[in-house]
Amino acid sequence: MRVGVLALQGTFIEHIGILRQLGVEAPPIRLSHELDTLDGLIIPGGESTTMLRLMESFELIQPIKEMARDGLPIWGTCAGMVLLAKSVSNYEMETLGLMDTKVRRNAFGSQIDSFETDLEIPLVGEEPFHAVFIRAPIIEEAKPGVKILSCLPDGTIVAIRQNRLLACAFHPEFTDDLRFHSYFLNIVSPKLSHNPEDRILRGSQLES
Amino acid sequence: MEKGTWKVKTGLAQTLKGGVIMDVVSPEQARIAEEAGACAVMALERVPADIRAGGGVARMADPTIITAIMAAVSIPVMAKCRIGHFAEAQVLEALGIDFIDESEVLTPADESHHIWKHNFKIPFVCGCRDLGEALRRIAEGAAMIRTKGEAGTGNIVEAVRHMRAVRDGIGRLQALREEQLVAEAKALGAPLELVMEVHKTGKLPVVNFAAGGVATPADAALMMQLGAEGVFVGSGIFKSSDPATRAQAIVKATTHYQDPAILAEVSKGLGTAMPGLDIKAIPQQELLSPRGW
Repeated sequence: MRVGVLALQGTFIEHIGILRQLGVEAPPIRLSHELDTLDGLIIPGGESTTMLRLMESFELIQPIKEMARDGLPIWGTCAGMVLLAKSVSNYEMETLGLMDTKVRRNAFGSQIDSFETDLEIPLVGEEPFHAVFIRAPIIEEAKPGVKILSCLPDGTIVAIRQNRLLACAFHPEFTDDLRFHSYFLNIVSPKLSHNPEDRILRGSQLES
Repeated sequence: MEKGTWKVKTGLAQTLKGGVIMDVVSPEQARIAEEAGACAVMALERVPADIRAGGGVARMADPTIITAIMAAVSIPVMAKCRIGHFAEAQVLEALGIDFIDESEVLTPADESHHIWKHNFKIPFVCGCRDLGEALRRIAEGAAMIRTKGEAGTGNIVEAVRHMRAVRDGIGRLQALREEQLVAEAKALGAPLELVMEVHKTGKLPVVNFAAGGVATPADAALMMQLGAEGVFVGSGIFKSSDPATRAQAIVKATTHYQDPAILAEVSKGLGTAMPGLDIKAIPQQELLSPRGW
């Protein structure tokens, strides 16, 4: 299995490290030809405007859109979630527009309001997931067809799935908890799991 | 829900990796930087080249400028306080900026003590010239490190010296046996706990950017290849003849630092770089990097 990680800027090394722990080949992606032969793609955390400029300059936007339409599973964390959204409510910027969502950037304010907390994400397991929110975005609107995976206690939506696209407002790549990555790998290769919705893959299963 | 934790502080530094942090002195410059793809801006009253030329005491910028820059962009905004000037740092925290640079570019307020940065909810970045200095700053609570270089010179030589010194220090630590680490900690002037961590992991416990002298895309690529996880560009952008184009080129070079063909392409037609300074021609007392300890 080859899951590329967009490596223009941000937390791509963290994602690559976790994918390798799970026994997955994880090439960094900087140019469009490197997208060939991928089974999945992660758009990491970082600055969404920086990544967007580099995606424009190196002609990555159109190929990624086309691959998503052809069913390539894509997961965006934090800035990646912003880039996957249809629109951004508080800032004028282009996005990939692949998920039927409206997001708000820096929704909690500046860094002083960044936080970490335990989240309930039933689909990745019963144990709460420790989530780190850094100048995080939120999902303000999710159209029907977008499945809500997790909310903060006040109801703010912070993790969603729409078909083979996954997005979260926090950084699973900052923790040692591999369950969110395993959940994404189930989307990438459902045949490795009897029930892609709730079965968590282990690294050993992937290698076999 | 916990705010201001070590994880949250170092987490912001992690999200900046692979990016370019640009010095700006106005909302207009901040927008140019954001548009060019900067991952953050450093809000200042004067860029280091002007601070160097102007002389006198260099202090924290006027909060009016900082808040105007914060209002102008969506990317993180950093600002500098003087070494040891924790009251300036308190002001910056109250303004709600994203990161404080306790910087040798400003005139130090305390020649013996840096700020105890653990007291703050927002993260700090500090400069270093070698591994010992980096670990001392991390011990005080710096959530990010940058090698100092020599700011405002447009000359990369000191940045290279400092990055190599950090790397060599780490390489040396890794080669030592455990029973040698206490003596090495003493020699480095760094806490044993951090020395042991670097011995084990082979890297600094926080993100490390390069700073001080980056003026061209090739300078940025050089520092990235030497192990920097991103770059600060101070005077190099807005003291050049075509800031927007140069800023974009440095952003591209920082991402594609391992690809000489792209570096060649982005280095074309950038206009005139900032005029540089020979470090040897600067009187010893006017050097910025020896400030702090």
